[in-house]
Amino acid sequence: MIRLSNINKTFKVAQRGKGATAALVSLFHRQYREVHALDDISFDIAEGEIVGYIGPNGAGKSTSIKVMSGILVPDSGECNVMGYTPWKRRREYVRNIGVVFGQRTQLWWDVPISDSFDLLKSIYKIPDADYRRNLDLLTETIGLREFINTPLRQLSLGQRMRAEIAASLLHSPKVLFLDEPTIGLDAPSKLAVRQFIREINAETKVTVMLTTHDMNDIEALTDRVILIGKGRILYDGSFAAIRGRLGAALSTEEVIAALYGEHGI
Amino acid sequence: MSEYFAMFKMKLIAGMQYRAAAWAGLATNFVWGFATIMIFQAFYRSSSAAPPMEWSQLVAYNWLRQAFIYIWAMWGQDEELLAGIRDGHVAYELCRPYDMYSFWYARLCAMRVSGTALRFLPVITIALILPGAYRLTPPASVGALAMFLLSLTLALALVVAISMFIYILTFVTLTPQGASLIMYASSEFLGGMLIPIPLMPEWLQTITAFFPFRYLGDLPFRLYSGNISGVDAVFQIMIQLAWIVGLILLGRVAFRHVTRRVVVQGG
Repeated sequence: MIRLSNINKTFKVAQRGKGATAALVSLFHRQYREVHALDDISFDIAEGEIVGYIGPNGAGKSTSIKVMSGILVPDSGECNVMGYTPWKRRREYVRNIGVVFGQRTQLWWDVPISDSFDLLKSIYKIPDADYRRNLDLLTETIGLREFINTPLRQLSLGQRMRAEIAASLLHSPKVLFLDEPTIGLDAPSKLAVRQFIREINAETKVTVMLTTHDMNDIEALTDRVILIGKGRILYDGSFAAIRGRLGAALSTEEVIAALYGEHGI
Repeated sequence: MSEYFAMFKMKLIAGMQYRAAAWAGLATNFVWGFATIMIFQAFYRSSSAAPPMEWSQLVAYNWLRQAFIYIWAMWGQDEELLAGIRDGHVAYELCRPYDMYSFWYARLCAMRVSGTALRFLPVITIALILPGAYRLTPPASVGALAMFLLSLTLALALVVAISMFIYILTFVTLTPQGASLIMYASSEFLGGMLIPIPLMPEWLQTITAFFPFRYLGDLPFRLYSGNISGVDAVFQIMIQLAWIVGLILLGRVAFRHVTRRVVVQGG
């Protein structure tokens, strides 16, 4: 379903010392530092799988998601999602995927959620019957009913995130990329979002890749984790297996911290 | 319903919500409108030479300028889109199955149409019944009215086509200030929205002819009052059309270029 082989991406980051002199110098002579955001990334994800993509801040998680969703073109390597190369034939490809960036919103600020959904229906040209069926399913599983007619600006973060995920599923995507879907949520909202991802995955067989810093997300949703650090894949496999190796007495957070420590990231 | 029309409709409805802003804007329109007329009155009285623009034409120019401010003014861009380019929000736009240029174009059109819808009727109505020298005279003829409406519609298409370059430049520089400030200042002056173009010295008029800005307000407003008419009117509308086509084509190429090499900002 998703296959990445030897993906590389380097960013040029402008550098300058602190202070006014350095700022002045940089006007004429700019220095760049190269950052290997993605360093030879390869992995395979099967249809219907849920995979947790973990790693510290700045490890390359979001960059990978951007490559897989066709927003960013890598320097080298191949990426194949459902037979598409994401950054080629972009418009055709993105019809098949859903994306949620937890720190941003895709809904329109000053109109009710239902209006945003209607616009997405037009954008994805979703047939009436499919739209109604999906909306019913989503309303039921995530409890949208109580706030579907409320403008986005009046929703709580938990309600907003539920609406965001629902919005990304209206067009029945086969792959769902969730970039930090539980960031900033309170406990009940986190539980609701996890429950929802599980149900949707069971119901529609949508392949889910999610990044998170909350290891409880991983435990609740999947056993497969891909660990990335400094742009490299450090581990790809069962979370239970790592836990078994490092000691069952450790908490989930401690296991991850130990794992980051082992790899020096 | 096409996604472009759906966007247009939604933005139109959203734009009409801001009624308090519309009232405040309306008050500003009249303050500016009266002040401008008074200044020109002083000029016209102190000069004995025959002015290149009749008084009634100048007054019409002035009120139409206020009524259709959302058509000719380069400022009043979509802050949400500009901020989105800067902070990386634009990521969502890049993974939608639409033609982004057309989608943004429709969105900007809707903003301007909703702004105009709230403004033009009260300004025109009141200006038509003002006393004496301040009164807006009706269009020169039915033909002039038709030409005016056609050219005004084209001005909307043109202002959005020009605006798109502000967004394109923001993709490159990541700050809208530079691009838009230059655009705002030059468009207002070169478009004849500070001093009507017929009142400019000959050499300055020649310069304005090389820019698209005078086809935003100057052309439609002078068509209304019959200051431009006949063959000249048709010819100038053709130029207006040419600018639209040219800038949209150029804008599309540039837009594709900047969005393809975009580095989405932020994590």
